[in-house]
Amino acid sequence: MSDIKIMKGNEALAEAAIRAGCQGYFGYPITPQSEILEYLAGEGRARGMIVLQAESEVASINMIYGAAGAGARVMTSSSSPGISLMQEGLSYIACAELPCLVVNVNRGGPGLGTIQPSQGDYFQATKGGGHGDYRLIVLAPSSVQEMADFVYLAFDLAERYRNPAMILADGALGQMMEKLQFPEYDRAAHRVAKPWATTGKPASRNANIITSLHIQPEKMEQINLHLQEKYRLIAEREVRFEAVQTEDADILVVAYGLVARIAHKAVQLARESGVRAGLLRPITLFPFPYEPIRHLAEQVSSVLVVEMNSGQMVEDVRLGVEGRVPVRFHGRMGGVIPSPEEIADLFHTMAGSKVAHHEEVS
Amino acid sequence: MDNVMTEAELQQMECVYAKPGTLTETRFHYCPGCGHSVVHRLIMEVVEELGITEQTIGVAPVGCSVFAYHYMNIDMQEAAHGRASAVATGIKRVLPDRYVFSYQGDGDLAAIGTAETIHTCNRGENILVVFINNAIYGMTGGQMAPTTLLGMKTTTTPTGRTVETAGYPLKITEIVATLPGTYYVTRQSVHTANAVRQMKKALTKSFQYQKEKKGTCFIEVVSNCPSGWKMTPVQSNEWLVQNMFSLYPPGDIKVPK
Repeated sequence: MSDIKIMKGNEALAEAAIRAGCQGYFGYPITPQSEILEYLAGEGRARGMIVLQAESEVASINMIYGAAGAGARVMTSSSSPGISLMQEGLSYIACAELPCLVVNVNRGGPGLGTIQPSQGDYFQATKGGGHGDYRLIVLAPSSVQEMADFVYLAFDLAERYRNPAMILADGALGQMMEKLQFPEYDRAAHRVAKPWATTGKPASRNANIITSLHIQPEKMEQINLHLQEKYRLIAEREVRFEAVQTEDADILVVAYGLVARIAHKAVQLARESGVRAGLLRPITLFPFPYEPIRHLAEQVSSVLVVEMNSGQMVEDVRLGVEGRVPVRFHGRMGGVIPSPEEIADLFHTMAGSKVAHHEEVS
Repeated sequence: MDNVMTEAELQQMECVYAKPGTLTETRFHYCPGCGHSVVHRLIMEVVEELGITEQTIGVAPVGCSVFAYHYMNIDMQEAAHGRASAVATGIKRVLPDRYVFSYQGDGDLAAIGTAETIHTCNRGENILVVFINNAIYGMTGGQMAPTTLLGMKTTTTPTGRTVETAGYPLKITEIVATLPGTYYVTRQSVHTANAVRQMKKALTKSFQYQKEKKGTCFIEVVSNCPSGWKMTPVQSNEWLVQNMFSLYPPGDIKVPK
């Protein structure tokens, strides 16, 4: 491991991209993630990266299509309204099976919304987002350390499966400063051959064509079946999650990203007052950890899902729980961050406790 | 029949013109008389003659030429509607020593992709943009294009395009010529043998300028759409000369000093 550094989440992510051997960045400024473009425009260019400030997110995602199709390791980043503009391009990229990294530093919506943190883009990120049947590989960091770590992982997964990968963060993770260490990364050891890339056709091979157009229904169905088989394989192999104090848990809270850290604190508060709470934090949002949740649903008496949205991941949690125990939802919206105390209060209510935690301590 | 040559007689003849090896064996799907196949062939002829087949990457649009990669036997990418020049930018930036061109129609380049077109040209990307202007949406069945002439009937201007409802024909080639990023901007056609020869020269120059990293080269081809215009191929070429050229006159618009 390298020296301990203190960095903003956005800058840590950008620095990790340089270290991961990202060759090109194409993006458009939007709060709360513009530091990524700014950092790469200085530091990235100085260290040999191609960095282009595009005229729009529509253009930048299509530059990613071209550059990824030409075989380069490339990325873009944006925040919610900009990610919406990229959905057309992401659908084409998914169908053409182009590996790339897309970072969404989620802000509150709908519409222009707010620049404050949100998890309102969960559906968009995990269910496809654009038109047609496709999935992104979605990683949800919950610390500045993971903002960096998941860059390497996202690139490697994207190239292994020829699939776009997304890091779904939020405005707080992008803006807050924490200490971190950049991992050692051997780029050469992670290099994947790309014989399909359009690099110029030598006489020795057929032309490489990057396309998402297959006008014959039978052919298009085959493409879809191939994609679905790939997604099934990803779901089988790549589920990642963290379980905290679930061994003896009676109440399970499921939360990801920033909210998982707050829920972790709430678990500690609840345990101090005798409620056996535990946390399951999905790290991959696609593929989703249905099986660990199914397993825990046989142990706990109830499940709480906390999100910074109106209830999106809760639908996946319910699919995992399959009605075994009640699933309760608590959401804050518009950029409001839930507090550990309000989550701990819900644990007490669910446990049948009459005394709310904050009354105990205040 | 007396005028059919035997195989032996054919063998004795000198070959003066042949289909370039850079075209596939797939037959063009274009309507009889359409300019697309002529321009496809010219690009591939020039690529072969310049000996840059292995270094050239093309970007196909959405429109009638969406399947350009069925005919052009080089590495190609199919872009989303209007985004060909952004895709070409991505390719060129990571492979700066390759030759990259986009091939786009009037709806693709001058309506839905206007922003990408302008900014690609303004950045002076070292690519060639080939712009086929036939003043109509061919693939979707003959709707109004941004370049549709005033008074011209299309399925969405059934009584003729009027300024009141649809504004003016967009002369995007003149617009991109004002941008400092463009190096060579020309308007060509392929309706006569002489025009074809001129077009071929423009293509050759453009690839040469790209090699020298001079900036964006932009070739508009004023073309026809016999099916969309509801004319025979010959009529469409006559109509093109009589009606299109007054608004879209052939010739160089911006030439290197």
